[in-house]
Amino acid sequence: MCGIVGLFLKKDELRPKLGGLLTDMLITMTDRGPDSAGIAIYGDEVSGRVKISVQSDTPKMAFADLDNDLSADLDAPVTMKILDTHAVLSLPAEAEEKAISLLEEKGLRIMGSGASMEIYKEVGLPKDVAARFGLRDMGGSHGIGHTRMATESAVTTMGAHPFSTADDQCLVHNGSLSNHNQMRRVLAQKGVMTRSENDTEVGAAYISSRIADGASLGEALEGTLDDLDGFFTFVTGTKNGFGVVRDPIACKPAVMAETDDYVAFASEYRAFADLPDIDGARVWEPEPATVYFWER
Amino acid sequence: MSITLDMAQVELREVNTTLQAAAKAQANEAYTITNTRGSHAIACGLDGPLEVTVQGSTGYYCAGMNKEAAITVTGSTGPGVAENMMSGVVTIEGDASQYAGATGHGGLLNIKGNASSRCGISMKGIDIVVHGNIGHMSAFMAQKGNLVVLGDAGDALGDSLYEARLFVRGDVKSLGADCIEKEMRPEHIELLADLLAKTGADAKPEEFKRYGSARKLYNFNIDHADEY
Repeated sequence: MCGIVGLFLKKDELRPKLGGLLTDMLITMTDRGPDSAGIAIYGDEVSGRVKISVQSDTPKMAFADLDNDLSADLDAPVTMKILDTHAVLSLPAEAEEKAISLLEEKGLRIMGSGASMEIYKEVGLPKDVAARFGLRDMGGSHGIGHTRMATESAVTTMGAHPFSTADDQCLVHNGSLSNHNQMRRVLAQKGVMTRSENDTEVGAAYISSRIADGASLGEALEGTLDDLDGFFTFVTGTKNGFGVVRDPIACKPAVMAETDDYVAFASEYRAFADLPDIDGARVWEPEPATVYFWER
Repeated sequence: MSITLDMAQVELREVNTTLQAAAKAQANEAYTITNTRGSHAIACGLDGPLEVTVQGSTGYYCAGMNKEAAITVTGSTGPGVAENMMSGVVTIEGDASQYAGATGHGGLLNIKGNASSRCGISMKGIDIVVHGNIGHMSAFMAQKGNLVVLGDAGDALGDSLYEARLFVRGDVKSLGADCIEKEMRPEHIELLADLLAKTGADAKPEEFKRYGSARKLYNFNIDHADEY
């Protein structure tokens, strides 16, 4: 069991409320996944710059002067926002690849990167994780969150969702994949690397790799039905929107709600209870083996 | 006069204890449950005549193990609604999620919207009427009772079916192992007319096709003895 939530706003007026709405949804899913929680939030972007979300178990030491050091190493302006164990570094897009390898050399864990996406995830109860990062105060256009009850890999920060394997792309998953080790090897042969032992990260890498090969988000999600074996309800985030797909057996729950203002996804209807005008929303269960996505 | 239990004020456990006691006391009262916020296991285990209206949508296992009570949900229900029902009536105004009416022994489950996968799985005597569509693997290993679908059915309808009767008005995506279309005889028309009238369904019995077990899977065939 795990809990998934997602919210895609159709109107800009709601953007400042995104973090608050998503936090309530996430906390409601605590009993589906009490061991860790995470969120990917798509906020403001600055033209020509990229954000890299990193994590450290010793943030005080690791983040001290990190922006200045990185700025000197890259010979480019770097700004840093520190939230608990995470830091988000903003730097020129062309320096991204070099920055990621420098950050990894310093022993920092890369959570994800992109023009608008920031990822925050930690071990602990969803309400505690949300409070540590101040998720409630974050704004943005869309976001996805996950509460984890671990099955396929250890309860660690790196095992928590969302997983990001390409700029502005991320994936959350309820279920378990049974061919992830084989798929990891297939992807590695193509040069697509993963950072954890987790099954979902392989799913994320598969989708990213298909998109890198020229597939649309829809085609990449359809590919999961043929190429990934196991149980899954996937929600994937991109810079412009989010997509949903369930395996053909569809034993992992999913429910969606749509109004003029938003599209919401959750593992259970309970997560929708505090959304505005939910009584007037169109609520439905996504069909098995059917790809849904919303983009702006 | 209906007694209101507001779940913003009253805990789920107290709601169910109150309903169970009223049902057991044969009080024939009417209750309305408000502010459900998708909670699980609302109005479960009622053992006696009682009228319950659940306002809004529910989570898992609403109206489970029902006996004699008449329960109406005005919204949609999560997985496992009216599981293992013995008697009574459960009405869902919206949609039902997976395995609605599973293992039900009796009573009537009336779903006004769609039901998703595994509707009526292992049903044992319950009548289920779905006004919309049903998902895949519905009536899997269904033993007894009637499943009526006004819309379409998904893949593998009636897989490994025993003696339940399945009536579908729309298209069936595919039939499961040992499930076949059967002749609609006068007694089936009569049975169907009664269920459609009881559930206020806007359909004529003649519009439906009947599906049932070919009885090849669950009977031991001596010619296959070598296979074992």
